[in-house]
Amino acid sequence: MSKTLFDKVWDSHVVRNIEDGPDVLYIDRHLIHEVTSPVAFVGLKSRGLSVLYPERTFAVADHNTPTINQHLPVEDPLSANQLKTLEDNANQYGISHWGLGHQNNGIVHVVGPENGITVPGATIVCGDSHTSTHGAFGAIAFGIGTSEVEMVLTTQCIMQPKPKKMRISVNGALSKGVTPKDVGLYIISQLTTSGATGYFVEYAGDVFENMTMEGRMTVCNLSIEMGARGGMIAPDEKTFDYIKGRPKTPKGADWDKAMKYWETLKTDDAAVFDKELTFSASDIEPMITYGTNPGMGMGISNNIPSADAVEGGKATYDKSLAYMGYAENEQMIGKKIDYVFIGSCTNGRIEDFRAFASIVKGRQKADNVTAWLVPGSHIVEAKIKEEGLLDIFETAGFVLREPGCSACLAMNDDKVPAGKYAVSTSNRNFEGRQGPGSRTLLASPLVAAAAAVTGVVTDPRELL
Amino acid sequence: MAYDKFTTLTSTAVPLPIENVDTDQIIPARFLKATTRDGFGDNLFRDWRYNGDNTPKTDFVLNNPIYKGKILVGGKNFGSGSSREHAAWAVYDYGFRCVVSSFFADIFKNNCLNIGVLPVQISAEFSNEIFEAIYADANTELEVNLEAQTITLLSSGTQESFDINGYKRENMLNGFDDIDYLQNMKSEIETFTESRPF
Repeated sequence: MSKTLFDKVWDSHVVRNIEDGPDVLYIDRHLIHEVTSPVAFVGLKSRGLSVLYPERTFAVADHNTPTINQHLPVEDPLSANQLKTLEDNANQYGISHWGLGHQNNGIVHVVGPENGITVPGATIVCGDSHTSTHGAFGAIAFGIGTSEVEMVLTTQCIMQPKPKKMRISVNGALSKGVTPKDVGLYIISQLTTSGATGYFVEYAGDVFENMTMEGRMTVCNLSIEMGARGGMIAPDEKTFDYIKGRPKTPKGADWDKAMKYWETLKTDDAAVFDKELTFSASDIEPMITYGTNPGMGMGISNNIPSADAVEGGKATYDKSLAYMGYAENEQMIGKKIDYVFIGSCTNGRIEDFRAFASIVKGRQKADNVTAWLVPGSHIVEAKIKEEGLLDIFETAGFVLREPGCSACLAMNDDKVPAGKYAVSTSNRNFEGRQGPGSRTLLASPLVAAAAAVTGVVTDPRELL
Repeated sequence: MAYDKFTTLTSTAVPLPIENVDTDQIIPARFLKATTRDGFGDNLFRDWRYNGDNTPKTDFVLNNPIYKGKILVGGKNFGSGSSREHAAWAVYDYGFRCVVSSFFADIFKNNCLNIGVLPVQISAEFSNEIFEAIYADANTELEVNLEAQTITLLSSGTQESFDINGYKRENMLNGFDDIDYLQNMKSEIETFTESRPF
């Protein structure tokens, strides 16, 4: 029987199928961080259970870490306690732990692929919705709740009904200044934030075939923002080249054996999806959001749509625009901004910093802008220095911070003040996401860079 | 037993007819620093509920004493965003046992089911009828019957059935959770592990 890529990976991980119930799904790799794991360990201890396969779980501190002075003790006692709890739990159960200051530390979805934890055909979960990032490698990867973290720790399985399948194809060539982030934001703007709820997405077509692995990670990362549990892309030569030789990928005969399996990981020609959507690459321009969910995005040269042009109720739409301090039919170009954030599991990899540098090189940071440049990991940070990007940033008036989730969710001190506008390369523009009262404009690293040097929303194509 | 049994619930309800309520509104990230699951109800809808100086926002529904009950009725696409189970814990800790919406985000719905809060998905029309009824009379009651998989607006008698798979329904009726189930298939899981290529 013909199968999709998703079917092939999912079906091979079903330990038991429960009639009129979920599948018991085996999890190959489990990533944990300090915020969503502590209560899972509390549960496990209270039931007197242990961790079944500690070698399949990897602990990384990222959500609640400072991005300056990481060599000093963490000042906030609650944050310090959370980090200590992660370390203690990892040590107690024999789980590898990349804490603050560890050379492999960084955002869990950046360091997983960097270190070869992420491989095609695997099931990967983490108590974080952007686990969908790892789908770029042809893995089934999705976010789970803390109860499920406990399940994986104690049994290496979770119980999930099999989602429906959607294929999103984007064909053609992307225009100048259009990045993977724009492709993701464009798709979400077309589907809304609930358009793919209940589905697992496969991305197909030339645009994704031609995309780098880092670009594919950005797109898969954003799958959750259209409501999908995850998104995936069939592995190809680019995928295999990326993972080969990384510390935790199979080696020697194990690699050859794995390759035989990985090469089967593509959707069969006759396989059927529950839903198919096709978009044209030429319709996509650099994107920016104007509202309070990631579906409220538009081409940067457009005007903010009127309420009757968007799906959903007018009251909710009006509330959103009032929060942002914007009105229907206004232009976004030229809007004053206060903060720029480049980083996060969406856009915190080396290619994102290269893109940012391509615009700020030879220009100066605008005086009215506070900029936070936060690499996704120490490995990314080292590359920024090696490639001379740091010099470009410093000459242009920018400071590079240390790795972590940072202002994406503002659990640490990197908070945008109430009422201020931030152009952010992260993934969510919800009310208060980047600090109470903060206003977020989601965009690509190019749009962020153009805003950082001009102080207003600017079409990056004019600066390329 | 992992959580409270859920059989039937008859209660007044709190209306929140806003669409796309995300988990950052349900519980903002800055309140996720705890290492136990107690007390999240205090910060449920924190930034909609309180001003920056911690005084209550009088126009928010949770600060309006006429609306109370164990059922929260939300707008479409309730619980979108992050996977934080803290959102479900906050809903539970505040005192809700059931959330009603015409559409739920996936992970939030799953998290609710895993801690014994029943998500009940109904039609948009019924959702509107419920909002109108509550606004007309805050003492309007809803009856949720898990065994029969029905939800009824008692004032009008309007009833809809809702979906939940048989496995989850049994779990909630008995207060069992998935770990209870998975623990009983350990040897099957161990055998499966041996067959994994990596």
